Amino acid sequence: MSALPVPGPVAAGAGAGRTTRLSNKRVREAALAYLLIVPSLLVFAVFVFYPFFKNFQLGFYRTPPFPGLPKTWVGFDQYREVLTSKEFRDSLWTTVLFALMTVPAGIALGLGLAVLAHQRLRGIGIYRTIFSSTVATSVAVASVIFGTLFNPQVGLLPWLGINPQPAILDNPDLALPAVAVTTIWQNLGLSFILMSSGLQAVPDEILEAAAVDGARPFTRFWRVTVPLLSPTIFFAVVIGTIFAFQTFGQIDLLTQGGPLKRTNVLTYFIYTTLRKQNNDGKAAVLAIALFLITLVLTLAQQRYLERRVHYAR
Amino acid sequence: MSGVSFEGVTKRFGDVVAVDDLTLEVFDHEFLVLLGPSGCGKSTALRMVAGLEDPTAGIIRIGDRVVNDLEPRNRDVAMVFQSYALYPHMTVRRNIEFPLRTRKIPHEERERAVQEAAGVLGLKSLLDRKPGQLSGGQRQRVALARAIVRRPSVFLMDEPLSNLDAKLRVQTRAELIELQRRLGVTVIYVTHDQVEAMTMGHRIAIMHEGVLQQVGPPQAVYERPANLFVARFIGNPPMNTVVGVITERDGRLHLALPGGEQPLPESLTPTLRARGIRSVVLGVRPEHLVVDPAGPVPATVAVVESLGHERHVLCRLEDGQFVILRIAADQAPPGEGSMVRLSADPAHLHLFDAETEVRIAAEGVGAVAEPAR
Repeated sequence: MSALPVPGPVAAGAGAGRTTRLSNKRVREAALAYLLIVPSLLVFAVFVFYPFFKNFQLGFYRTPPFPGLPKTWVGFDQYREVLTSKEFRDSLWTTVLFALMTVPAGIALGLGLAVLAHQRLRGIGIYRTIFSSTVATSVAVASVIFGTLFNPQVGLLPWLGINPQPAILDNPDLALPAVAVTTIWQNLGLSFILMSSGLQAVPDEILEAAAVDGARPFTRFWRVTVPLLSPTIFFAVVIGTIFAFQTFGQIDLLTQGGPLKRTNVLTYFIYTTLRKQNNDGKAAVLAIALFLITLVLTLAQQRYLERRVHYAR
Repeated sequence: MSGVSFEGVTKRFGDVVAVDDLTLEVFDHEFLVLLGPSGCGKSTALRMVAGLEDPTAGIIRIGDRVVNDLEPRNRDVAMVFQSYALYPHMTVRRNIEFPLRTRKIPHEERERAVQEAAGVLGLKSLLDRKPGQLSGGQRQRVALARAIVRRPSVFLMDEPLSNLDAKLRVQTRAELIELQRRLGVTVIYVTHDQVEAMTMGHRIAIMHEGVLQQVGPPQAVYERPANLFVARFIGNPPMNTVVGVITERDGRLHLALPGGEQPLPESLTPTLRARGIRSVVLGVRPEHLVVDPAGPVPATVAVVESLGHERHVLCRLEDGQFVILRIAADQAPPGEGSMVRLSADPAHLHLFDAETEVRIAAEGVGAVAEPAR
């Protein structure tokens, strides 16, 4: 009824009154909205925004070699020095290597298990529970388990005859892969759950259509299932990479960045710089570098998620 | 091209019998409609032909081959799904050529086949789009194109029109019929929509609770339903059914109905006598029931519904049950609330045994649309 045209002057008058009333109402609504988000904004300000900007500020000051001496303003010099240092490059490379070791293998294993568990079999729920159980395992527990497995005296691997010299976690060539294996195991549950939910979202009818259309199981998997899973896989890649770049616990518990700094990933590097060397200026620069890397990864994810929306329908 | 035959096919899911001892022959070049309410086993029967379900017992043949143990890809069938099941990550072109790619058909031949199928279904301008950019009707065409592109011997269609709006459904229905007649393919078409079944099929096979009820040409099934289920399922508005007891007077059989007696056709007398049937269900289609001052059954007109091209007159019998009459729009309807008498054309009476619900036919008649069992 209100859509019917009303004679000119009346319509104009009514329209004007309505606009004023509307804008008043809108202002009141907006005020209420801001009021309601103030508490969370405060929490964010104290725990996120302040440290975030403080970090940038810290990066501009060189920390004195002895405590008690004044900090000196060096501007971007410290950023340049730290980010071009061999120490940083080595640490970044170690982190990238670590991500390369953990992410693809973790996803492939998670997908493999998800495909195996994606069957209508009696008791398959038990397997699903087992495969996803590592989600409920803490980094500390995973590290202790694998630390024991790798232990040259009591470990399972040495007992099986795999006992290199120096021992696995002290071996410059094997320490990083060993930590990677621990991490893959630890993240397998998440990867499995992600891939399982992705598989469940693939409509049965599409796979049946592919079967009738002549596709063998292998073709169905690569030409239909994997493309339809690609948003999930990409999501897992991004999440996994961010996890890899933030790995700390297993490094600290298993290798402390050694041997020969071969497991000195960025987070551990930041930690030792801050806690062992008490160099908060340098640590701040490193933290900002890690932040930027993670930011780029997150942006890539967001762009992809947009494509995924277009994908779905 | 080839036909399909079910020989004593049963499918159980645990304790549930989805298809019960189905024996049915689908002829070469035939458009057969599997019709029934949801859960009657029609889709399961279709999926067994496709190889998506394994029969628990029985034999399925496509042409001369027993296909029970063949993979879907080796059965030479194409299937159109209710959801269309297009590959959302592929363009229309890739969707249509997918069955050819899996068979390693060379590129030029593939392109030619895709162009031809797209031409038949009017999809040529949409080949580079993805399914997400198409309307429901267009997606449905892509699914059809994907089915016809490699010229399979049998087409299986599982409610392919049910996701379309009413207008598009009527149009696509006609196009499907035309396509089938033009390509001369064998089609097994599953639907719960009796209008689709009546208009599309050479024959319709009606299923209920896993059991085949009747097979025959649509008109024959409509005119001579094999049992009460078919009688009530086919036809809109549905057939009027009234339970009555048979009485004998002056050497003729009559059916005692609420408030009156309906004389039964002489042709049925020997059968009824021979079988000693006492209680029957009388069925009369709404178009065969008329207001007739000399009619045997009194009724009160409850509601007159006007549909534009015809009217439906709901009458209440003496015992409270309703019957529907269908009268032409140009005929004056009886006033609501008025008392009328109803009569039915004796040639169009359907009698069913009240106990077995099976049609009672005169001896030697009824072979047109034989009951399945």
